[in-house]
Formats: sequence, C-alpha cells, structure tokens
Amino acid sequence: MFDPASLVLLIWVLLTCGVVAYFSYRRRVSRLRLRAIPGIAAIEEAVGRATEQGKPIVFTTGWGGDIQRPTTLAALNLLRFVAGKAASYGCRILFPTHDPVIAEAAKEIIQTAYNEAGHPDQFREDDVTFVSPSQFGYASGVDGIVSRQKPGAIFLFGTFEGEALILAETGNINGALQIAGTDSTIQLSFFIVACDYTLIGEELYTASAYLTDDRRVQSSMYAQDLIRAVVVALLLLLPILAMFGVNLYKEIM
Amino acid sequence: MISRLAWIATLVTGLFMVAQYFIKTDATNAVYTTLLDYYQIIFAVSMIVGGIGLLKQHSLKVQRSSQQRRYSLITIAAILFMVIAAVIFGTGAASPYQWAFNNLQAPMQATTFSLLAFFVASAAYRGFRVKSAPAFVLALAAVIVLVGKSGFGEMVSQQLPAIAGWVLNNPSTAAKRGILIGVGIGSVATALRVILGIERSYR
Repeated sequence: MFDPASLVLLIWVLLTCGVVAYFSYRRRVSRLRLRAIPGIAAIEEAVGRATEQGKPIVFTTGWGGDIQRPTTLAALNLLRFVAGKAASYGCRILFPTHDPVIAEAAKEIIQTAYNEAGHPDQFREDDVTFVSPSQFGYASGVDGIVSRQKPGAIFLFGTFEGEALILAETGNINGALQIAGTDSTIQLSFFIVACDYTLIGEELYTASAYLTDDRRVQSSMYAQDLIRAVVVALLLLLPILAMFGVNLYKEIM
Repeated sequence: MISRLAWIATLVTGLFMVAQYFIKTDATNAVYTTLLDYYQIIFAVSMIVGGIGLLKQHSLKVQRSSQQRRYSLITIAAILFMVIAAVIFGTGAASPYQWAFNNLQAPMQATTFSLLAFFVASAAYRGFRVKSAPAFVLALAAVIVLVGKSGFGEMVSQQLPAIAGWVLNNPSTAAKRGILIGVGIGSVATALRVILGIERSYR
C-alpha cells in the first residue's frame, strides 16, 4: 500500500499540482509581465530567416528522451508553434528522430499545422524521418540531413546526450541559425557555445507560454515561479533554523 | 469527439500513473505492468512502421536518381542484410548479424563519437573568446578546471587541483542544482498541463 517514506514527495507533488491547477483554471493572473527570453523571441525570426533564404528548417528532439519524458512533451508543444509558423510562411520543416513513436506524433502535429494554415498540400510525409534508434546512427543521420539540405534554422529542443555537440557544431559549420533548449545540464554548456540561443532548463517548459495567448498556460507558468520561490525560501530558511538546532531539512525536503 | 476521447484517455492514464507511484497494490501493479506492455507493443509496431517508412523513403531517393542515391542504396542494403541475417542465422555470438554489428556498426559508431574531440576543441575556441566580463569568468573557470584536473595542474601549482575541485563542487554544482530545481517543477507543471488538457499538441 502507501509507503510513508514517500509522504514528503506526495505533499510536494500535490502542492505543485494544486497551485498550477488553481492558477490555470482561475486564470488569476490578469496582468502578467513576462521576462524576455531572447531564445524564444528568436524562434519566429529563425523561421522567417530560413523562409527568406529559401531554405528548410530542421527540428529534432534529441536522442535522450522518449515520448513519456516531459522534455519531449515540451519540445512537441514547441513544435506545434514552429510548424504553425513554418506552414504559414510556406517553409519546409524537416523532423528527424530516433524514436518511431515520436515520429508518428510529430507527423500528426506538423500535418495539423499545415492543414490549419490552409496549405495541406505542402505537407510532405517523408520530411518526418525515423532515422535510427542508435545514438550515433541518429547523430550521423541528422548531420547528413543538415550537411545536404543546408537548413536556414535548426531547433534542438529535448533531451540530448553525447550527440548534442556533434549536431550543434555541424549546424554551426553549415551556417544555420540555431536555437537549443534542454534539461541536460551537461549538454547545456555545449549548446551555449555552439548555438545562437539556448533555453536553459525550465525555460524550455515555459517557452510555449510565451508563444501562446492562452491565459491558462501563462498562469500555470506564474504558478511554477511561485513554487520555485517557495523552494528557494525554504532553502534559505532551513539552514538558518538548523543553526538554532531545529533541523527540518529531512522532513520537508 | 475523437479529441475529447484522446484527452479523457490522457487524463485517466496520467492520473493513474501518478497514483500508482505512491499506492502500490497488486491491482495497481498489474494495471501498471499492462500499460507498460501496451507501450512496448505500440513501440514495436511503430518501429516496423518507421523501418518501412525508412525503406520507402530511400527507395524513392534511388528512383529519383539523385546525387545521393548511392547512400540510399547502402542504407537499403544494410537494413535488408541485418533483417535477413537475423531471421535466417539468428543473433548469436557467431552469427553474421553479430559479426556485422561488431565489425561494421560498432566501429562506425565509435568513429562518429570520436568526432566529439574535434568538435569540443572548435566549440571551446569560440566559447572562450573573452568579449565581456561573464565570458572572462567562463574562460577563467574553464582554464582552472582544464589545467587543474589534468596531470599538468600539479606541475603549475600544488593548489590548482584543489581550486579546480572547489570550482566544480561549489559554484558549478550550485548552478546545476538551481537548474534541476526549475526542471523538476517545470516537469510536473508540463505533465499536469498535458494531463488536464490545458496544453496539447493534438487537436
């Protein structure tokens, strides 16, 4: 049955879910001022640049995550916006992936974007490619696509591992404007030096809130910040309490 | 209607997956295992669909007689060889499948991986150009860690390895943990938005 050792985790999950759900459904945040994130602002510019150059864009979610991973879900949410822009500008979007399930989901998203933009005929099914489940097979496949197609913009959103720098450097060599975003802290440093813009950690999860007018999504981002403020306050408060002999760290965190 | 059904399925499955993590009973374990089995089935079927799609795509490239047709021919030959070899001779240690894996696929993967060494050098060269105060701090930290963690570090100064360790264990770890806290909260919020249908990539 219920493991008492999981009680603290359960409370944190319920608290986070409760706050996010409350702000999302009540749309409490009427005047939300969003901090400018250059990487997100550059997404539309990148698609526009590729369209002007007559080049395609490449969007890939990395080798490290499958469809169950929140990072992949956040990346697919972003794909919806990128594909929508690409479809409305008449820009071709290439989506290579290592996972056939992600490929099917991406196919559905991109096709829907082209349909909604009124250009269903421009959707090419073979632009969504299942490359290889092998890490460096996938890296080689994406590198091949980038080297041959010379895309105007590359979006690297998702969970990346050892292939991150191989992809980012190949894109850099081929002159593409690159925007990356990942939760992999080790790969972030590679993206920061090799890409034009990088979404750091949770910025990837909040990116869709910047790109939508939906108040519920934006309010949920406010809730995320609120929870984070509580965590930071606790991280500052608990060591001070410990100095006075009140050690609650294990009980709360 | 289909969209609503998809959302209901997401909601029920999502809530169940959260609940089963905390409440372990024979019934929840059985449903959890069954759901994972279904995911494996979906993955296996989509793998077949993906494989067929890959063959179709490269067959079209061969028919279009593009400049890259030779690469597509090699890809088709490799896929068919591995499938046929595995079906006829199995995947044992002495099988042609295993021979191809050990002598072709593994060295090719190692070759791609080794490209990282050169890419790290070129990326580091760009990244460590000091154009601003934060870039100077980045370059300084990198030089301390690079030299301090190499055997050369102790030759430069006895203190350098300890300073490099401090940089890794304190400022670097603090920054990583800050990012990970945000990632954890962001993961829960994203999952909740998907489960509740607030944010969905399907229509």
